[in-house]
Amino acid sequence: MTNEAANRLELRGVTKAFPGVIANDTVSFAVKPGEIHALLGENGAGKSTLVKMIYGIMQPDSGEILLNDQVQYIPNPKAARAMGVGMVFQHFSLFEAMTVLENIALGLDENISHAELERRIAEVLHEYGLSLDPHRVVSTLSVGERQRIEIVRALLLNPTLLIMDEPTSVLTPQEVSQLFETLRALAKSGCSILYISHKLHEIQELCEAATILRGGKVVGECDPKKESSRSMAEMMIGASLKSVEKDGGRQFGDEKFVVTSLTLPGEGDFGVPLNDISFSVRAGEIFGIAGVAGNGQNELLLALSGEVQSETGSAVILDSEPIGAQGTTPRRFVGLCAVPEERNGHGAVPDFTLCDNAILTARNRKNMVTYGVINSSIAMAYTEDVIEKFAVKTTGPTSTAGSLSGGNLQKYIMGREIMQTPEVLVVSQPTWGVDAGAAAAIHQALVDLAEGGSAIVVISQDLDELLAICDHMAVINEGRLSKTLNVGEVSIDEIGLLMGGVHGDPFATAEMTEAVHAH
Amino acid sequence: MLIELTKRKEPSRQMLYLTPVIAVVLTMITGGIIFTALGYNGAGAVWEIFIKPVIDTEKWQDLGVKAAPLILIGVGLSIGFRANVWNIGAEGQYVVGGLAGTGVALLTWEMEGWWILPLMCIGGAAGGAAYAAIPAFLRTKLKVNEILSSLMLTYVSVQLLYYLMRGPWKDPEGFNFPQTRLFNDSQILPTLTEDTIIHLGVPLAFLIALAAWFVMSKTVFGFQVRVVGAAPHAARYGGFDENRTIWLALLLGGGLAGLAGTFEAAGPFGQMVPQFPTGYGFTAIIVAFLGRLHPLGIIGGGIILAISYVGGEGAQTTIGLPNAATGIFQAMMLFFLLATDILINYRLKFGAASAEAAQ
Repeated sequence: MTNEAANRLELRGVTKAFPGVIANDTVSFAVKPGEIHALLGENGAGKSTLVKMIYGIMQPDSGEILLNDQVQYIPNPKAARAMGVGMVFQHFSLFEAMTVLENIALGLDENISHAELERRIAEVLHEYGLSLDPHRVVSTLSVGERQRIEIVRALLLNPTLLIMDEPTSVLTPQEVSQLFETLRALAKSGCSILYISHKLHEIQELCEAATILRGGKVVGECDPKKESSRSMAEMMIGASLKSVEKDGGRQFGDEKFVVTSLTLPGEGDFGVPLNDISFSVRAGEIFGIAGVAGNGQNELLLALSGEVQSETGSAVILDSEPIGAQGTTPRRFVGLCAVPEERNGHGAVPDFTLCDNAILTARNRKNMVTYGVINSSIAMAYTEDVIEKFAVKTTGPTSTAGSLSGGNLQKYIMGREIMQTPEVLVVSQPTWGVDAGAAAAIHQALVDLAEGGSAIVVISQDLDELLAICDHMAVINEGRLSKTLNVGEVSIDEIGLLMGGVHGDPFATAEMTEAVHAH
Repeated sequence: MLIELTKRKEPSRQMLYLTPVIAVVLTMITGGIIFTALGYNGAGAVWEIFIKPVIDTEKWQDLGVKAAPLILIGVGLSIGFRANVWNIGAEGQYVVGGLAGTGVALLTWEMEGWWILPLMCIGGAAGGAAYAAIPAFLRTKLKVNEILSSLMLTYVSVQLLYYLMRGPWKDPEGFNFPQTRLFNDSQILPTLTEDTIIHLGVPLAFLIALAAWFVMSKTVFGFQVRVVGAAPHAARYGGFDENRTIWLALLLGGGLAGLAGTFEAAGPFGQMVPQFPTGYGFTAIIVAFLGRLHPLGIIGGGIILAISYVGGEGAQTTIGLPNAATGIFQAMMLFFLLATDILINYRLKFGAASAEAAQ
């Protein structure tokens, strides 16, 4: 990098306000040509709003965006692409039933023939050493390969600035290192990359510069390679970080929660069937279930919580009581509480008050109901208790769940279930979208609950989280659960291979593609 | 001048209560303008329909009698609407309920006793509930949209009424008029005092609305209905069965409509006639929304719509407004209510053009 080079991207005092919040407050920073620049911040720090303005999805209230030292007004994404800005979103927009080539053709602004397009795709693939078969049907591809389609789609326009929004959240560790190689090759060719993430070790590995956002403002710039993960995390949350205290030599009790050969058909057209899932969790133990999103995690949570029942009661056993055929209410009576992945509309009702949301799951275990009539003073007292013990930021028990930020609502939901002192707690993505400070508090609460003798199952896509708090873990792939692994002994590589499963096996995927084409 | 809608951070409680009032006022203004343009005395029409019944104490009894069925049906519908069960066929359940009550009356026409009226009421409620069970079954078993099935069943019920009036249930001593025998003294709802037309069904309707308020706001059943309507996934997570809730909501809505039908047959009509369906079942939809799906609000909504009915009848004779005028005013009320409801979640901003618009 040379000093006389112009800035590829520069922001000067960019401000954007929404009702009630200032998403970006006079944000200024610059990205040099060929630089991999991290945009670091907690959820709600304003990262997404900022890149949406750079990509023309929205426009700043005030301030200037400069591309290659020219002040630009970017009215829409098409204009942004014409100016050399490409973006790869966290969520892909692909048609599953179409081929890679067809999907890329659909997303192009210009009209070119398939043969010409195929030639250009081959060029891009060759240039960056990517492997992708343009004639494969998308539904047979792994998540990493799908992401590659989006990357190729962006690269076809020869961008000078590529924005990557949380690109690794759905990838296995092996896919992540492949992606990093591509990004480094891209940077070497002169394309700047704005890399958005909250995963600090990735940023340390990949990025040369980082801008840290907190509450919509730039609070610091740093060279990630010279900082520790901890120091960057503390800049992100603006406070010192507490680490989870876990007693190393913990003793486990008897088997408390036993799942045996749990098999269920998938719900609807897109449900993943559960296939012969077995594991057991002892009292005081935290059991983790890792896996790439969409491999049956949701279905497993529903089957464990009782929202979907099994035909055989003995498929799920709590303290030698078969509960597999029962619904959520009887399961809660015997002590099984659960927290689903989706907070709004599943774990909580956004339009209801926090107090009503307490009634939703705690009414029986906390004696809020007599003869079918709800005792609202007990519900209010319990809600206030949860708010206080879990430091939920809210105006009070009568504010609606929807008015809370994602992290605060998650703290409330976790608190609501944990304070029922369940015998078994099943949680999915306990810290998804939660800031680092709140995540540490939630992890500590889970560890404390386990120390009190409860059995805990944590379903998560965040490997770091599972490795930090779990005693044993297993990997779910296409509705099947791997053998149980001992967290102290297992390597990341081994977990990564299990997460890849059949998706990582080129022969199996090639076979599936052929089968689809044969129709 | 530019008017811009900006989203509120939290829904406005104030607007929640204010928009029904705004809707009624807008209805009066627009209605006045429309009928003036049509060559009627617009201001007079508004006066006759909305003000006269309120200031004329002689009309108050009429208001009570008209409001009772609207409140009963509206309360039943509101329970369903809260659970996202869109029963549009309360009119049909009202007719079948009236017929079921009449059936009991015809079976007991030579008998006397205190037990006959309660039996008619039970029969009426059961009839309405049974008729609402058809859309419930179709929705829960076959995923048939209850809006269509309940609405279409309304027209079936009217044909059933005509058939019974012209055939099996025709008064044998009635000079071939298509109507049933007059109910006897044990089958007629007593009036509260001798010189009033307020029958027992009127206070009962108000009491049932109060009971519904308690059930909906204080009991697990009311909670269940609200959760299923607001977030079906959360309801399942909380241990509530969606199909069961759909059944209960439709049976309750049908039952209350059927009870209202029996009250009407055993009250103002005193027999069953082909003119029995007067649109209460449809108007009650407006009542339910005007009352914010809240039983106490529905009492108010029922009275307002009763005012428009009573006033509409008066206006026909005094200034020669067509009967359809009442329907136009009622429909406008629902329209303006739904339109102004946007103010609950958005606020109006006048003047300042946005940054984007300027560029």
